Amino acid sequence: MPINFIYPEFEIVRDESQCIRCRACERQCANEVHGYDSERNAMESDELKCVNCHRCVLLCPTRALKIIRTDHTFRENANWNEDAIKEIYMQAGSGGVLLSSMGNPKNYPVYWDKILINASQVTNPPIDPLREPMETKTFLGKKPEKIGRSDDGTLKVNTSPQLELELPVMFSAMSYGSISYNAHESMARAAQSLGTYYNTGEGGLHEDFYKYGKNTIVQVASGRFGVYLDYLNAGAAIEIKMGQGAKPGIGGHLPGAKIVGDIAKTRMIPEGSDAISPAPHHDIYSIEDLRQLVYSLKEATQNKKPVIVKVAAVHNIAAIASGIARSGADIIAIDGFRGGTGAAPTRIRDNVGIPIELALASVDTRLRDEGIRSSVSLVAGGSIRNSADVVKAIALGADAVYIATGAMLALGCHLCRNCQSGKCNWGIATQRPDLVKRLNPELGHQRLINLLNAWKHEIKEMMGGMGINSIEALKGNRLMLRGVGLNEKELEILGIMHAGD
Amino acid sequence: MLKREGEVRIPSGCAVAGLFSKDGKSISGETIIRAMTVMHDRSNGLGGGFAGYGIYPQYKDYYAFHVFYESASAREECEKYINEMYEVINLSKIPVKKSPKITNEPLIWRYFISPDHNRLRDSQLDEKEYVVRTVVHINTQMDGAYVFSSGKNMGVFKAVGFPEDVGEFYRLDEYEGYSWTAHGRYPTNTPGWWGGAHPFAMLDYSIVHNGEISSYDANRRYIEMFGYKCTLLTDTEVITYIIDYLVRRTGLTLEETASVIAAPFWSTIEGRSEGERERLTYLRNTFSSLLITGPFSILLGFDGGMMALNDRLKLRSMVVGEKDDMVYIASEECALRVMEPSIERVWAPKGGEPVIVRLNRKNGDS
Amino acid sequence: MKRVYVNEKWCLGCHLCEYYCAFANTGMKDMAKALCNLEIRPRIRIEEQDDISFAVSCRHCDEPLCVKSCITGALSRENGVIVIDSDKCVGCFTCILACPYGAISQSETGAIQKCELCAKTNDGIPQCVAGCPNGAIVFEDRG
Repeated sequence: MPINFIYPEFEIVRDESQCIRCRACERQCANEVHGYDSERNAMESDELKCVNCHRCVLLCPTRALKIIRTDHTFRENANWNEDAIKEIYMQAGSGGVLLSSMGNPKNYPVYWDKILINASQVTNPPIDPLREPMETKTFLGKKPEKIGRSDDGTLKVNTSPQLELELPVMFSAMSYGSISYNAHESMARAAQSLGTYYNTGEGGLHEDFYKYGKNTIVQVASGRFGVYLDYLNAGAAIEIKMGQGAKPGIGGHLPGAKIVGDIAKTRMIPEGSDAISPAPHHDIYSIEDLRQLVYSLKEATQNKKPVIVKVAAVHNIAAIASGIARSGADIIAIDGFRGGTGAAPTRIRDNVGIPIELALASVDTRLRDEGIRSSVSLVAGGSIRNSADVVKAIALGADAVYIATGAMLALGCHLCRNCQSGKCNWGIATQRPDLVKRLNPELGHQRLINLLNAWKHEIKEMMGGMGINSIEALKGNRLMLRGVGLNEKELEILGIMHAGD
Repeated sequence: MLKREGEVRIPSGCAVAGLFSKDGKSISGETIIRAMTVMHDRSNGLGGGFAGYGIYPQYKDYYAFHVFYESASAREECEKYINEMYEVINLSKIPVKKSPKITNEPLIWRYFISPDHNRLRDSQLDEKEYVVRTVVHINTQMDGAYVFSSGKNMGVFKAVGFPEDVGEFYRLDEYEGYSWTAHGRYPTNTPGWWGGAHPFAMLDYSIVHNGEISSYDANRRYIEMFGYKCTLLTDTEVITYIIDYLVRRTGLTLEETASVIAAPFWSTIEGRSEGERERLTYLRNTFSSLLITGPFSILLGFDGGMMALNDRLKLRSMVVGEKDDMVYIASEECALRVMEPSIERVWAPKGGEPVIVRLNRKNGDS
Repeated sequence: MKRVYVNEKWCLGCHLCEYYCAFANTGMKDMAKALCNLEIRPRIRIEEQDDISFAVSCRHCDEPLCVKSCITGALSRENGVIVIDSDKCVGCFTCILACPYGAISQSETGAIQKCELCAKTNDGIPQCVAGCPNGAIVFEDRG
């Protein structure tokens, strides 16, 4: 047998005095880490298979399990760290492109953590959200350039189609196929209950979920999977996916093994065929082509749906966004380089794109400089982790944010970053029926509701502290932000002052 | 060195007062000075000012520019520009009464002017926009020159000092108008710059304001998309631009404007009749970035009228009183009573509900 | 009356309900100590074949065959709950034969045992329900 260069990353620590041999760990591990030796009446484990997803740990009724990072070490140095060494071994063994899941894990700056929020003292009063109305309703879409009046002088409502959000947080695109039916049902029901939107991703819309259409954004991506007239008309808005923060410039590939049953039907492709989304839309090689697609989609839906164009945050994002704003799009969604994915080439995920904070700030500034900020709404995504990130994003200039990784965490995801294996122990990134059923939407949708309700409370507290009682007065209100430990250039791009200034 | 107004944002508390004769009677500036005297403690001597309407009847068809100059050379440069862009009918120093309470005064000049016909035609702008752009040009491009009043048949008078002293300094008892507003300032810093005092004016709109708005940068960054430049970084400046944008450039009524800047809560809107709900939702959504939050009480003076408005939570005091054709407005009731001891109806308008008064136009009046 | 219901759609076959049930009926405080090296005899059991699994426990029938069949009066119905008086049980197992659900079994003492909705041990909070990780077992009044 050739040498396996990969040493287990984790160790499973089982407290034998606590273990009652119920074998729940064994039954629940899709990676088949745990086993039972009846001769010894003892549990055993194969640590090489462990991805540290915590399913066994959290189901163990006596808390007999914990998983620790191995202290086995490579001869690391500042240049050749453990990941760099291991990746060499893996590629030397497989000859393949390395695949990873979820967002960029590397140690790049997280600007959210270097931005602080203001509060009122003395010269104006903070507002107590428990005593006063505190409003988070947000409309997304193009605003009219001119008002019009009827003959009797009353204002004409000449607003383009809008999305109405009770809280400026939406669930971003994850396709049915990349995640499970139950994950989609959880998001759809939560979005309906919260008064916000979830996004189909590019896998089409399962027939069971058409009833959540008022809270659904349907996506049109380069593979055009599941796209037909009823689909376009089913949602509240249509999103054209040009790119994704986790893998800018890269298409998608859902292996044929996952294209089974309803997934094949929903994507409208034969069972077992690979679902390959090309890197570009082959009908969009330039901005004027995008404009044609935007207007085709509007025409197909009688101009009743706002059109979102989603792009990855890349170097020239401000100019790209300006182009999109002039292409007829109603909403631009920008996805930062920390955005998640079900599978991406590791090198792309870890090295391509720019942080959402900088992209958002520069796009907002650019659109204002060009005087076209109100002709388009901005949605920022790519690792919004908590309510403070939401507040900072809005103060930088976003109208709303997209969350996906956070939503998946709420459903049980433990960021083990093995979505591509299809063996998600939490029933999220898998299509195996025995695993999918582990995510009960009844519980899942409630956890999503809880999460966003908790954020809403926190957002109101922070707004109240700033003396702001409506979220629109926070939008682009960069005076409410200060940087810490940022250099002049970073502050300039973010358009904020340094703390103390 | 302390930064000057415009280089830094200075929060301040304040006193405001206003009076208005619906019949258009001429009232001397002395009354409004009295109102400010009793609210002395609401100012700290770092800024006071007044706006009077109907004060230049003999020049009512001309724009009256009031300009501060820091030096003779600034005046020279600015006058050269004004002469290029306008026909100057009259120019003079604004008469003042020297007083030890008002010091470090700049050169203060007044011009009655009308746009140069050819220039105006070539600019392809409407007349008011033409005036606005020249004012913005002077205030942002010319060092040491600052136009602080630019309307017709109205004028702003302001300085660093207590408001009652500022009123005496400008000899306001010698002016008569149908409408006056006044402002005393309590900034939490010492800018010591006359341009930073209030009212802030643009064309015939003048604003006095008490408060510190929390939506400032959201409002500023939005309004600057439309060619305005917020050089003072004050609430008053941005509120003036917002009102100019909504009323003059967009064509909203004052009532509609109030529904934008102090929009009703969504819960209130939901309770309205369908048409009203649609209208209010439209205004709030379309101009969402012009919603003003945080405490404010503002008095907007304009040609032929005045509007008083509080923030939607009424975080700043403001009372209104009436007697015959007169309407009085102030931060404190004592100021109403000193302006009109036998005042009749006194009430505190609710947050977000505008009080709008206009001249009773007689037949034949324009 | 509130009963324990199982939705097999969400049952994962993890068998944790059995362990929580067994633990609940030991009356002990520490699960590891209570169940260590013990062959458990739960009152709820997972039935499973291929991809289907679900938990089965006493239905607390309105017309309980077990009560009718009991020769000593050890089984009775109190406020809808079928309860057992172990002192009266002679271990004839007629009830086990009579129960159409297989929800009755023999206990360590020789008397029969069955689900009594944790009324005697956990203030009426069924521990199988509390312990189910996927909301598959519920305690509801469905009329």
